[in-house]
Amino acid sequence: MTIEQRALGAGAAPLTLPRRRSHRWLPVIVLLAPSLVFLGLFTYGPVLRVLIESLIVGRFAGDHAIGLGNYHRLFADPHFARAALNNFVYALGTIVPSLVLALALALALRETNRFTAVLRTLVVTPLLIPLVAAAALFTFVFLPGDGLLDYYLHKLGVPLINWLGDTDLALGAVIAITVWKNTGYYMLFFLAGLAGVPQDLVDAATIDGAGAWRRLRSIVLPLLGPTFGFVVPIALLNALTQVDHVVTMTQGGPSDATNLLLYYIYQQAAQNYDGGLAAAATVISVAALLTLSLVSFRLIERGVHYES
Amino acid sequence: MRADGRLWGLLAASAAALVWAVPFAWMAVASLRPGVPPDIASLTPAGPFGLGNFADAWKNGSFPLWYLNTLLLCGGILAVQLVTISMAGYAFARLDFPGRDLIFSLFLLQLLLIPPLLIVPNLATLVSLHLYDTLPGIMAPYFASAFGVFLMRQTFRAIPRDFEEAAMLDGAGVAVLIRRVLLPLARPGLVAFAIVSLTAHWNEFLWPLMAVSSPKNQVLTVGLASFTSGAEAGSAWGIVAAGTFFVAAPLLVLFLVFQRRFISSFVSSGIK
Repeated sequence: MTIEQRALGAGAAPLTLPRRRSHRWLPVIVLLAPSLVFLGLFTYGPVLRVLIESLIVGRFAGDHAIGLGNYHRLFADPHFARAALNNFVYALGTIVPSLVLALALALALRETNRFTAVLRTLVVTPLLIPLVAAAALFTFVFLPGDGLLDYYLHKLGVPLINWLGDTDLALGAVIAITVWKNTGYYMLFFLAGLAGVPQDLVDAATIDGAGAWRRLRSIVLPLLGPTFGFVVPIALLNALTQVDHVVTMTQGGPSDATNLLLYYIYQQAAQNYDGGLAAAATVISVAALLTLSLVSFRLIERGVHYES
Repeated sequence: MRADGRLWGLLAASAAALVWAVPFAWMAVASLRPGVPPDIASLTPAGPFGLGNFADAWKNGSFPLWYLNTLLLCGGILAVQLVTISMAGYAFARLDFPGRDLIFSLFLLQLLLIPPLLIVPNLATLVSLHLYDTLPGIMAPYFASAFGVFLMRQTFRAIPRDFEEAAMLDGAGVAVLIRRVLLPLARPGLVAFAIVSLTAHWNEFLWPLMAVSSPKNQVLTVGLASFTSGAEAGSAWGIVAAGTFFVAAPLLVLFLVFQRRFISSFVSSGIK
């Protein structure tokens, strides 16, 4: 084949590769096969498998039937309802503050110099440690009595608070850890997005008398649309799939106050050995994730003003 | 007026960054204070200081084993990923075939359908493949990477076709073309991917916790979780801080040294 090409190249004027490649499937199959095998085994296969598992009811003596029993049980389970509600609060409570904070920090630290570089590093560092390590540190921060928060709040005269043991405060404490851990990550995206906002546009608005707030609302935010377009789905994914701190710190408690969907699935699978419930809860979570990501992506897409 | 606003912004950002640093500052201070001091929360204690907590943590945990397992896990995943993503990335960047865009979007589904979410069916798959409670079992779901394929597709697309055509006219076969021409030119993409992959798998917890049952297969994060619950029970907070330091330090050091590389890799991990 190479000789043929050489001959072609020597004779014909345009030195291009033969276009008939498109009809040759062998290289395509060989190149994609390794990825497809693992995607089949651990992504597509499992989705089908969990869908089927969730529909299998009444396993008695090797016999089973198909039905919606698992879903009936799931929707009747108050623990599941609580986990779903908590996850909604957790998603809002982590995404909104960390995005607002990340954008504010990116705006403040936009210029690059030694000072802003140090501040950026401090905010990004939590991204590099495991969530279980963050949980270990914050277990002490929130420790009643001797812990970091109580130690310093006590000096200010605030009475002792059991952050992780109080049903009204525990979810807030878990949210605080996530905000601490992820804000720096989102700030990096906003910094990259801000670098793409043309300075002359901002300057022109300033000359026209637009204040800082007006410039942010009318120029910077619309131009950051594409950045929001992928940061929001990433943040949603994090809110649904990162529960390491719940597993090690609160185990979903006290009395389900910090139970989240993936933790509920983990409980059903690893502690209650209820495969049917775990499968049904997985199907609901996957469906929620796919829908929400798609919707948020579309909504933001519609609001985006692309530079023309 | 404008300069004023900027100054206030910097001041507020400085305050936020200081608050952000407090947990790390406490980890550093507490890990250096031996024993069980009553004011263990203090960020500015009088002392005494010493390295006793690090020695105790090292003795109480199985850190050498956990480090080894974590290195094997990250290295094994990355080695296979680099092969699978280069191959698929090249196919999507350079080959024409019917249904290419559809197959590519099927690949991208994996960005959302990540293994921790699919714990239940993935565990069943591991059991039927006889990979439950093995390191390769933890690795297997990550051998294909949609993000990696996406990144390599972009990388290969940015390489001018002229290079390939010149090599092929010189009589180079496909294997030589990939090894000698494409991969060296694709190195920035591969490095960016390696950083993201290493960080993700060094820090991962829930899937390694579920996929493994015997202590000899535990990785750092899983080891740390059991280690800290033991030390916390004894209120040995200095030892908890030292153990957390052991787990977090390698990546933190790499990050501080290669900060620019890490940051541009993280930014590329948000699909644009």
